[in-house]
Amino acid sequence: MILFGYRLPAMSSLILWGLLWEIFGQLEVTYFIPSLSAIFITLIEIAPTPAFIKAISETAHAFIVGIFFAVFIGVPVGILMGKNRIIDELLLPWVNMFLSAPLTALVPVLMVLFGFGIKSIIIITTLFAIWIIVLNSRAGVMQINRSLVDMAKSFGAKPQDAFFKIYFWAALPEILGGIRIGFIRAVKGVIIGQLLISIVGFGALFELYSSNFLMKHFWCVIIVLFAMAFTLSEILAHLERKVSYYASKRG
Amino acid sequence: MNKENAVTVKNVYKNYGDVEALRDMSLNFPKGELTSLLGPSGCGKTTLLKIIAGLLPATSGEVIVNGEIVKDPGPDRAFVFQDFALLPWASVIRNVAFGLELRGVAKSERESIAQKYIGDVGLKGFENSFPHELSGGMRQRVGLARALSVDAQVLLMDEPFSAVDEQTRRKFQEDLLNLVKDQNKTFIFVTHSIEEAVYVSDQIALLLPRPSRVSEIIRPTSFKNKDVDSIRRDSEYLDIVDRIWKSLRSYVE
Ligand SMILES: Nc1ncnc2c1ncn2[C@@H]1O[C@H](COP(=O)(O)OP(=O)(O)OP(=O)(O)O)[C@@H](O)[C@H]1O
Ligand SMILES: [Mg+2]
Repeated sequence: MILFGYRLPAMSSLILWGLLWEIFGQLEVTYFIPSLSAIFITLIEIAPTPAFIKAISETAHAFIVGIFFAVFIGVPVGILMGKNRIIDELLLPWVNMFLSAPLTALVPVLMVLFGFGIKSIIIITTLFAIWIIVLNSRAGVMQINRSLVDMAKSFGAKPQDAFFKIYFWAALPEILGGIRIGFIRAVKGVIIGQLLISIVGFGALFELYSSNFLMKHFWCVIIVLFAMAFTLSEILAHLERKVSYYASKRG
Repeated sequence: MNKENAVTVKNVYKNYGDVEALRDMSLNFPKGELTSLLGPSGCGKTTLLKIIAGLLPATSGEVIVNGEIVKDPGPDRAFVFQDFALLPWASVIRNVAFGLELRGVAKSERESIAQKYIGDVGLKGFENSFPHELSGGMRQRVGLARALSVDAQVLLMDEPFSAVDEQTRRKFQEDLLNLVKDQNKTFIFVTHSIEEAVYVSDQIALLLPRPSRVSEIIRPTSFKNKDVDSIRRDSEYLDIVDRIWKSLRSYVE
């Protein structure tokens, strides 16, 4: 953004919105929206409490494990689908169905199957993230330059060499794009899972704060979650830009 | 004509579903020579080259390379691609060494071999550049160095110079002539340019439109030992160019 000839740093508009929020909060229009500064003071107060640390670490745990499965299953499956017609035809309908399915509706079933603990939340996180990762990896492989494949074959590439040295790298820009969207979906998954199960992580905190009308605390949690999701997505977008130089110049 | 053949194509047929690309194609490629495949667009030149490379199965018939029937790609053949087929994420040296890498040659060894061929094709100093930083001509030099570095007996080149500019192309043609002289390899070369075919070839196979067979084989003789600059003024050169055009013009609408 350029204002009066000065180039403002990225996201400086956030400051403006933050100010508006502060003013609105100071006016004490409603109990439900406290001022931003009050929220930050509360955040500093509650951040070291065991309940908050426990919530953060449980969420991080579920998120990391869930995303790990989503990436390490999703990417190879997507690449195989892109390479192999038969595998593709077997799996594609399922992937498309789960991609658009309202996964939240599955949560009660998962709770029955896997209990009310962190295991269910990990599975929910994986389920939210994996499908787009599969589809993007598949799309990345499908647009591969055929002569790269012929080239590898003509030099006698073994299947695993073709997989790791050609398909994976050729599809990398799309794979990273898929992982970025997968991460964003995983954030949703981990939070929705916790809210529905509501005895672990931020679910428990939300329950505690909202049933006691601790609005400042409640907003703290929301801001922390938003900031975490946003940072993650920016880091991944940055990585994606690093490899995109060849996305347009493959061949 | 009693030279030993590096590659023999015997009664090869190739159908793509209903499309009959090659019909009863037979052709010999003498060892150490450059043979051009020249023919109308879509007549099956790439198809034939890929069958020889082992990248495509023939519908029937066989291809024999150094006495053995071709079933798969093998270390006796290397391919140079029209669109270069370089790894965009890899440096020049890794690209050149990639054929050796796939064959399991240790890193230090393959890089020293690659280094030599990078020098040979005139890309010294560009070892750590990436393909998108190079011009089309330089990229094809990388493709050529990669094919040379695996030291295959037969080089298959599918319109290797069609994506480079005219001046670079002439330089390439001269280099190719020298390469054929020095390397004692067998070259199979697909081109659309009559002049280019006559200029670089020991033998030119004229192909008919689909379903393709060989219509004529031409072996230039008199200007082969001349120096590269005077070939284009040689009367046999000009006669052959003329003759080929006369036989191909009927297929060009
Ligand atoms: N995978 C395929 N499926 C169906 N038909 C094909 C396939 N590949 C090639 N053909 C057809 O076979 C014929 C020969 O194709 P090929 O690419 O070998 O011709 P070419 O001589 O190399 O043409 P060009 O001079 O344009 O490069 C063409 O008519 C083409 O349409
Ligand atoms: Mg072709």
